[in-house]
Amino acid sequence: MTNAAVASRMNAVHLPPPGRVQPRNLIIGASILLAVASILSLSIGATGIGLTALPRAVSAALAGQQTADSLVLLNLRLPRLLLGLFVGAALATAGAMMQGLFRNPLADPGVIGVSSGAALAAIATIALGNVWAAPLMKLFGVYALPLSAFIGGFGTTMLLLTMTRRGGDVIVATLLLAGIAVAAFAESLIGLISYASDDRELRDLTLWRLGSLSGASWPKVIAITPFALCLALLLPRMVRSLNGLLLGEAEAYHLGVDVPGAKRLIVFTTAAAVGAAVAVAGVIGFVGIVVPHLVRLLGGPDNRVVLPISALLGGSAVLIADIIARMAVRPAELPLGIVLAVVGAPVFLHLVLRRSLGRTE
Amino acid sequence: MSFQRISIATLGACIAAVFMAFWITSARANDTKILSIGGDVTEILYALGQQDRIIAVDATSQFPADALKTKKNVGYFRALSTEGTLSVGAGIVIASERAGPPDVVKALRAASRYVDIPDGTTAEGVPAKVRAVAKAANAGPQGEALANRIEVDLALLAAETAKIKTRVRALFVLTAQGGRATIGGGETSADAILRLAGLENVAATVVGYKPVADEALIAMAPDLVIVMQRAPGDSDQEKVLALPGLAMSPAVRSKRVMTMDGLYLLGFGPRVASAARELMAVAYPDLIAAHK
Repeated sequence: MTNAAVASRMNAVHLPPPGRVQPRNLIIGASILLAVASILSLSIGATGIGLTALPRAVSAALAGQQTADSLVLLNLRLPRLLLGLFVGAALATAGAMMQGLFRNPLADPGVIGVSSGAALAAIATIALGNVWAAPLMKLFGVYALPLSAFIGGFGTTMLLLTMTRRGGDVIVATLLLAGIAVAAFAESLIGLISYASDDRELRDLTLWRLGSLSGASWPKVIAITPFALCLALLLPRMVRSLNGLLLGEAEAYHLGVDVPGAKRLIVFTTAAAVGAAVAVAGVIGFVGIVVPHLVRLLGGPDNRVVLPISALLGGSAVLIADIIARMAVRPAELPLGIVLAVVGAPVFLHLVLRRSLGRTE
Repeated sequence: MSFQRISIATLGACIAAVFMAFWITSARANDTKILSIGGDVTEILYALGQQDRIIAVDATSQFPADALKTKKNVGYFRALSTEGTLSVGAGIVIASERAGPPDVVKALRAASRYVDIPDGTTAEGVPAKVRAVAKAANAGPQGEALANRIEVDLALLAAETAKIKTRVRALFVLTAQGGRATIGGGETSADAILRLAGLENVAATVVGYKPVADEALIAMAPDLVIVMQRAPGDSDQEKVLALPGLAMSPAVRSKRVMTMDGLYLLGFGPRVASAARELMAVAYPDLIAAHK
């Protein structure tokens, strides 16, 4: 049976069921939203410099000068926009992949230990930066924190993958339970470090865990570019196996999916993408769970729709939340994670309740 | 169709946001205006009479209360935002060396005149801090005068503490939330001010501000308990008196439990000598009375 046949069997009628949106309309809508969010992200900020200053900024930058316009538009807002896009897209697609792999609507990248591993490494760097890790901090400067967060997150998941492999295959149930155990262990070490921290370190830890795009810079954009490319190249290759896994591992195998290989690839890609996102923006929850669900509510479970739309909507959600985060209490800034949850959770709740009430009628 | 409705609503909201954005006036950088980052920096600038030049402060600038009421607030000093900080249009940024995050500080350094102020919780550090802030604000003579005054106060204080024969054993309580006391152990600003006032910190073996068990409190048996006050009128004094671990202590029995403003006591700004003197007046009434 081909993939298309499976998809058409799942959506027995070609017309989408009531409340569902045609994939084409969904892609158009999500692209418009992303474009609007990107333009706004570039034009709104505390200094009040708008898009009208862009030509001046570009010509100044080309002439090798730094003016207020070029500093704000090209060195602060543009890298922030690009990082926001990547973080949103990476978290949303990683969430979609995890929910597909575990066949569980509650799965998010935290399940395989990326977030807790990254948090542990980052928090250890913050708290021990003046003591044991001081030479490391000297060597890498401002990049010590993102670097250790990435290594911590990616490393934890790879360790988990190695531990749970039995003869080349990853047992998903074992991976889930081992992930919970590893996350709990990391959390306990984080607790231990927080206990030993002083007031300021404690506030640093808390703020880092709430996530922010505030430290966006070109070197960070360059650092995440390979991950963005990797994600863009690997995602289309995972659509077929994820659609197969939707039916079950045995069914996927009979559809011709290399199940062990697909599972390893999914875990590896998630670890790399989320590790990079956490490294540049801190822990940002919510996007990984809510965006893929929103897409499934609107467009159905076919991963040919879920993965790309999740990427577009995830990027838009992070950019819009970031605009609110930097404007609400300007010249100060709110943590991004708070804004995402405060704005997004009620919207999501509304959609879920309306959907389930509609079904009982 | 729900999605279309959502996207139309979002689009509308975004367009409204653009119009809002045009309303925000951009501040032009003014060379004499100061952005003060750090509670001690702001306090020193006020003490130097430079308050009218301060255009914005950080969220820890709680003394004088006027600072956060009348100046713009750029947020917590360890979580600054590059564009937000630039938008206040200050010509000089005077910041505690603990300001952050590092990448924002790096960007600010490149974009404006940025002066680091050494951070420290030692009495000797205070005059140096005052001189550094005054130099950055081009108020050298006022700074020298204030620093000299603080040095004289500290010297007087040292002369008084030298006369102490038996040190009073004191305990600093940060909070007593939920019937559990969090106390100021060694290597904290509380420990530093207790020692400056010639007191012995009974919790010196605990490092940092830590919650302690009732049994440990019994063993500490302080003669004097200092409870931190966060805002006027708010105090954990009642809760501290109710702690079973302190019920038997000399401090509670002789009712030597005092409440002091946290910023005043732990700020290590220009008021450090007077805060220490206030502690001494309670701990060693004979000594201070004799001096006066």
